[in-house]
Amino acid sequence: MDRMPRWADVLLVPLISLLLAAVISALVILAIGQNPWEALKIMVSGSVGSTYGWGYTLYYATNFMFTGLAVAVANHARLFNIGGEGQAVIGGLGVALIALYIPWPHWSLALLAAMVASAAFGAAWAAIPAVLQARRGSHIVITTIMFNFIAAALLNYLLVGPLKPAGTMETATASFPEATHIPSFRDMFSFGETILFRGTPANITFFIAILACLAVWLLIWKTRLGYEIRAFGFSEGAARYAGIGSTKIIMVTMLISGALAGMMAINNTLGEAERLILNAVEGAGFIGIAVALMGRSHPLGVFLAAILFGILYQGGSELGLTLAIPREMIVVIQALVIMFTGALDNMVRMPIERIFARRRARTPLSPPGPTLHPPGRVAPSSTPGTAATE
Amino acid sequence: MTKLSTFLGAAAALAISAGAALADPAVIFDLGGKFDKSFNESAFQGAERWKEETGGSYAEFELTAEPQREQAIRRFAEQGYSPIIMVGFMSATPLNEIAPDYPDTKFVIVDAVVEQPNVRSVVFNEHEGSYLVGMLAGLASKSDTVGFVGGMDIPLIRKFGCGYAQGVKAVKPDATILANFTGTTPAAWNDPAKGSELTLAQISQGADVVFAAAGATGVGVLQTAADENILSIGVDSNQNYLHPGQVLTSMVKRVDNAVFEAMSAGEAVETGVQVMGIANEGVGYAVDENNQSLITPEMKAAVDEAAAKIGSGELEVHDYMSDETCPAVNF
Repeated sequence: MDRMPRWADVLLVPLISLLLAAVISALVILAIGQNPWEALKIMVSGSVGSTYGWGYTLYYATNFMFTGLAVAVANHARLFNIGGEGQAVIGGLGVALIALYIPWPHWSLALLAAMVASAAFGAAWAAIPAVLQARRGSHIVITTIMFNFIAAALLNYLLVGPLKPAGTMETATASFPEATHIPSFRDMFSFGETILFRGTPANITFFIAILACLAVWLLIWKTRLGYEIRAFGFSEGAARYAGIGSTKIIMVTMLISGALAGMMAINNTLGEAERLILNAVEGAGFIGIAVALMGRSHPLGVFLAAILFGILYQGGSELGLTLAIPREMIVVIQALVIMFTGALDNMVRMPIERIFARRRARTPLSPPGPTLHPPGRVAPSSTPGTAATE
Repeated sequence: MTKLSTFLGAAAALAISAGAALADPAVIFDLGGKFDKSFNESAFQGAERWKEETGGSYAEFELTAEPQREQAIRRFAEQGYSPIIMVGFMSATPLNEIAPDYPDTKFVIVDAVVEQPNVRSVVFNEHEGSYLVGMLAGLASKSDTVGFVGGMDIPLIRKFGCGYAQGVKAVKPDATILANFTGTTPAAWNDPAKGSELTLAQISQGADVVFAAAGATGVGVLQTAADENILSIGVDSNQNYLHPGQVLTSMVKRVDNAVFEAMSAGEAVETGVQVMGIANEGVGYAVDENNQSLITPEMKAAVDEAAAKIGSGELEVHDYMSDETCPAVNF
């Protein structure tokens, strides 16, 4: 891992992965008889070329930030939380309950309550798999993914029965009252005659997501609990030897992870739909896994990866709206990016590591070498001292 | 910002030029996609038929995410398309909010009612069509036990099942009706294997006619019924051809007619609620060369008589969605 400078690890590898995905996507678009250059232009200008595009890109990105952070936090304790989907669904239930049944005088109070409710519901949904893992050793991957189905079934029951207004067809709750409508980007950034972010769903939750990124960074790297989580992740046995209780760490980590996933509901339920819809989450929980992988479980990486996936989603919509590219093809393009940046990460990383290693071997005493690495770690063959000891 | 204003300007210019000539219609397909072998596909066929007959062109979009509903409606409206047709009841709430922003654009929504001056709402009396095929099932059954396999457990599908059960009871008051749903998530629309299992379970309980109202899941129901030598009933489009001689009939819901009609009317499309029932051939049962031998003249006479009575209002079929209860079957 020390063979590569940090900038290559953080920037070069994802960029090359993206480039590979773009090349293969271009071939796919060529194969269905469209112009890849045209498609790329539409994707980029449609997602970041106007406030309209940004309004959608940042809306999707906000969803992915929450679910990405949820996966990232759990990753630090080597817990693989695949249940972001279900936790976000139940978080939405919390938001819907407080928005529908409590008369809020002002949106700011409703927003605060929604943050608490979504986090609490999401955490509660993650708590059961966490207990099963901590006490009974039931594998968290299996239990969290099962809980996604239970969450979907529970919400379905509620939206077909108790929570559905009588006489409507839609599997959704009634619309939330006016007082709970939180400001959208359009309300926040339009002044006078110029209307920005027109008709787009991005809202104030984006800033809550940024705060969440910051909070996760502080938690993981600046607090004792974060240290314990990371220690537990590196070696469970060593952590236990050092007096870190595994039950506590599994529970706390999963509760935080579930709360973050649940908070996604502020964006899609309170912010966008202003009612609870059956398939409100639509895969964001799973995209969160790719976002956390690509962001290497670091909040800044998650932030950037979430924006990239927001661009992919909104750019994909624009492709469908402008060119006659079938939606299955758009999914193929999105999947290629996920595959190259997430799953096939090592395919790009290892050759690049080798290149850097070879360059370093050739120029052992180049200026950045010694400053970047402590002397003991310089490649042995090039140091006369080590040769003599042999 | 300049980009936005040029974009809006371009959209406005396009809207004006399109309005001056003749606006093209646009279709927004729901999350199921236009090849769902169910109502989205039916809408697609209606649109294609219009394209073929008139030589016109239309814009289309297949939704993949919830926020895209609003996005697609607004984009098409700003680009000057009219009427903008969307299939699926989930678009009702967004459309209700957006329609007033574009008073000069006409909208058509299938399967839901949106009360706005520039919206046509097309709804189908599925319970009436289901009643007719229920009568056929009751008359064709020898074991006096019939089955119903629904897709996702939502009120709309219960409406199918309830009409069907009433039809069965109308001809055989003592008949047993077995009702099952494939699931509670949208995946239930596309699970032929589960549909097949449910059919086998119903056969083991004595069912000899099975009605599938389950989207692509129904393919598995019809296949199993054919393999086990019992009768089945298709849904939405005419599925009699899938297993000639083994599909009793199909409950057809003419979404294609609704879309075709709206496109033909163009910008002059009449707004308000349009109910597609037995009276205006919006729903019905299908007879063709594949199932002629299965439907005796007596059966046909009985069903046609009921259809006439429903059409004239003399016979009323209970609509599950009016009060979410069903007199004929417990779900």
